[in-house]
Amino acid sequence: MTVHKADVVIVGGGLMGSAAAFFLRQRGQSVILLERDQIGQYASGVNFGNVRRQGRFLGQLALANRSWALWKRLPELIDDDLEFIASGHMRVCYREDEIPELEAYAAAPEAAQLDLKIFRGAELHARFPFLGPDVKGGSYAPHDGHANPRLAAPAFARAARRLGARIEERTEVAEVQKVGGEFSVTTTDGRQFNAAQLLITAGAWGQKLSAQFGEPVPLDTHGPQMAVTEPVPYALPTVIGVYTKIPEEVIYFRQIPRGNIVIGGGYRSKPDMLNRRAYVEPRSILNQMEQMRRLLPGVGNLNIIRVWSGIEGYLPDSLPVMGPSGTVDGLFYAFGFCGHGFQLGPGVGDVMAELISTGSTSTSIEPFSINRFALSAEQRSKAS
Amino acid sequence: MATARLSANKVVIVGAGPAGIRCAETLLAAGFKPILIDENRRDGGQIYRRQPEGFTRDYATLYGTEAAKARDLHQSFDRLRGSIDYRPDTLVWNLTPGQLCCVSQGKHTTVEYDALILCTGATDRLMPIEGWQLAGTYSLGGAQIALKSQAVSIGRSVVFMGSGPLLYLVASQYVKAGANVAAVLDTSPLSKRILAMPKLLARPGLLFTGMKLLAQLYQAKIPVHLGIKPQQVLGDESTGVSGVRVSTARGETLTVNCDAVALGYHLRPETQLADLAGCRLRFDEASSQWLLAVDEDGRTSVNGVYAAGDGSKIRGADAAEHAGRLVAMALLEDLQQPLNAGLRDEQRHALAVMDQFRLGLAQAFPWPADQAKALPDAAIVCRCEMISAGELRRTVSEKGACEVNRAKAFSRVGMGRCQGRYCSQAGAEVIAAAAGVSVQQVGRQRGQAPVKPLSMLTEEVSP
Repeated sequence: MTVHKADVVIVGGGLMGSAAAFFLRQRGQSVILLERDQIGQYASGVNFGNVRRQGRFLGQLALANRSWALWKRLPELIDDDLEFIASGHMRVCYREDEIPELEAYAAAPEAAQLDLKIFRGAELHARFPFLGPDVKGGSYAPHDGHANPRLAAPAFARAARRLGARIEERTEVAEVQKVGGEFSVTTTDGRQFNAAQLLITAGAWGQKLSAQFGEPVPLDTHGPQMAVTEPVPYALPTVIGVYTKIPEEVIYFRQIPRGNIVIGGGYRSKPDMLNRRAYVEPRSILNQMEQMRRLLPGVGNLNIIRVWSGIEGYLPDSLPVMGPSGTVDGLFYAFGFCGHGFQLGPGVGDVMAELISTGSTSTSIEPFSINRFALSAEQRSKAS
Repeated sequence: MATARLSANKVVIVGAGPAGIRCAETLLAAGFKPILIDENRRDGGQIYRRQPEGFTRDYATLYGTEAAKARDLHQSFDRLRGSIDYRPDTLVWNLTPGQLCCVSQGKHTTVEYDALILCTGATDRLMPIEGWQLAGTYSLGGAQIALKSQAVSIGRSVVFMGSGPLLYLVASQYVKAGANVAAVLDTSPLSKRILAMPKLLARPGLLFTGMKLLAQLYQAKIPVHLGIKPQQVLGDESTGVSGVRVSTARGETLTVNCDAVALGYHLRPETQLADLAGCRLRFDEASSQWLLAVDEDGRTSVNGVYAAGDGSKIRGADAAEHAGRLVAMALLEDLQQPLNAGLRDEQRHALAVMDQFRLGLAQAFPWPADQAKALPDAAIVCRCEMISAGELRRTVSEKGACEVNRAKAFSRVGMGRCQGRYCSQAGAEVIAAAAGVSVQQVGRQRGQAPVKPLSMLTEEVSP
């Protein structure tokens, strides 16, 4: 059997894996990226396309800021703008007592770079006259925006390939093991890929691989619920999302310059993991219509022309698994981004490349360590 | 295929055309009371579309050679209408296992089913031509609906272009209605028809009807050209269609002035609901398109889901009536009900003959795949999203998209209002030609809800 060798093997060709391949090549590492299906097929290509920082866990904003700086430079980096527009993002609420929560977030030192501005009352409705009367307040992030998720991971993979990365689509991993100082990845078509360092960016399937190295995580899978209207004249450049604690009230939308309004939020579906297909639940569409009529009453004249879903990995604390393995040298993870990984993608690729190449990273990713799920010695002895 | 025990409580038929009506009739005769859901306001489907209430054209005017069959189907429906649960003006926009999502007049309801019979029919199979996005360009089916439903012509002077039996049927219906038909331009050469004769002779009556239509066109002095190659729909954005330009079989350029053009290359099945239900599709070599995989009697690959008529295999209205009866008997058999074996054999035999004829039609009026290859880069492929052949080809050459859904994701071809109904097959040909692989290899566009655009005002009503 021919053994294919590289400095780093990446398993999983979503946005995280593709961006990591690109930035690793920029740092001179040789890279082989293995993707079971097509680049960006499951979570990376089907999400809402929010390039949003506000509202994130404050401890994640350093990473989001690093990523935002890369979004601004995409054309020079990867020769593709991914239709990114820093159009502004507005996070609105339906209750007066939620406004102080938005204010507290805006005042946090970590959020300083976001330049958030709180709107309420008459000023809010003068600035955003299309919002429904139920909207009581909002936090406006002038530099956040949106992009086209269908283009993102494939564009990073193409850019990585141009720099010399080897991208293997339709290549399914059968077995991963570490023999001596080297990882050995065997694929179902009988090929073998070896590297001193291994990066797992397998999204909703990440935990299947981490478990093989004795680091299981409680990862759950959900299908996002997305819909799009027919095109109408471009009039709503700001991405708008609802901040609420009631799941069915969660709704967000963005209009793209060609006119369609993309809608997401509300219920999530359970993907069919056997056939790797996720459907939109009819009740989600009906709920989205009701919520959209409340948020943007003028939308009632439009039609939904298409809905879609995908397969995303979620962890119980809504934070990803990112960083070095707690048990195996040379093993790294970046998966389970809980439905909010799109904006982070370029930053995650950059940080992981830095970490793998230099052994450390200038951006804190400590809160995302897989060690938070490690069983204590006491738990382990109980379990056995 | 389907063998597990079915409950017979809720049998739902989607589509009240010839297949759906004969299916309902057969089930009713066996003591079942099906729910029959139809998107149209009146029964009859496309070919036997009934005119709106208040219109008074007689059967001969409306249906010409098909008048007797139309009358018979409508009368059959009128007899059973009171005994079944008929729900017109209702779109099935989505489904989940055991449940249909319906919308009627802006209200959403769900309908549960134990057995589902899809008789969803077909729409025009289209091949782009430069300029076809200009106002005044219609599909053949659209041109026929305008005439049958509203008694209007799509223009003052109309060119019919494409291939297949519908080309001649609709053109002659227009002539008969007094419309000015400027020309009938058929991409299939006479030689193909001669070669297909043995198969077409499987149904001599229908072959004769086809010849009669052609004779009527000649008699009315309508220019009919065979073996043409479409070049361009002429006109401009502000005034719409002003003519068409083609090259004739002899290689000469022919320009025909007109203010409307009806295009079509036979039909493609409406398979979205079956696709959403998880039914398997198969690539049909003869017609070079994806069809529903069904057994001889209409069982799909999904237990409890059946299909009949043009929605599963394009064989025309007569076949749809037989297939509707046959699929009802397949369901009855799966429900362990007594069957009239003789009647079933009759339907099977009739369908086998019609299948021969289907193959003859595919041979006589072939899908012009080469046109996709020859399409200029500037020609629009996807009219909803206004994406050109050049843009689509670039997703193949620059982004490596050699599969239909990937090319759609990168280019938006098939992503608009029609959800690929009108552009996806031609788009697949463009991709296949650009990638240098077979059209089967580039796959088919995955079905996604809603089956038709769904108003944001749609509201749920409690059952």
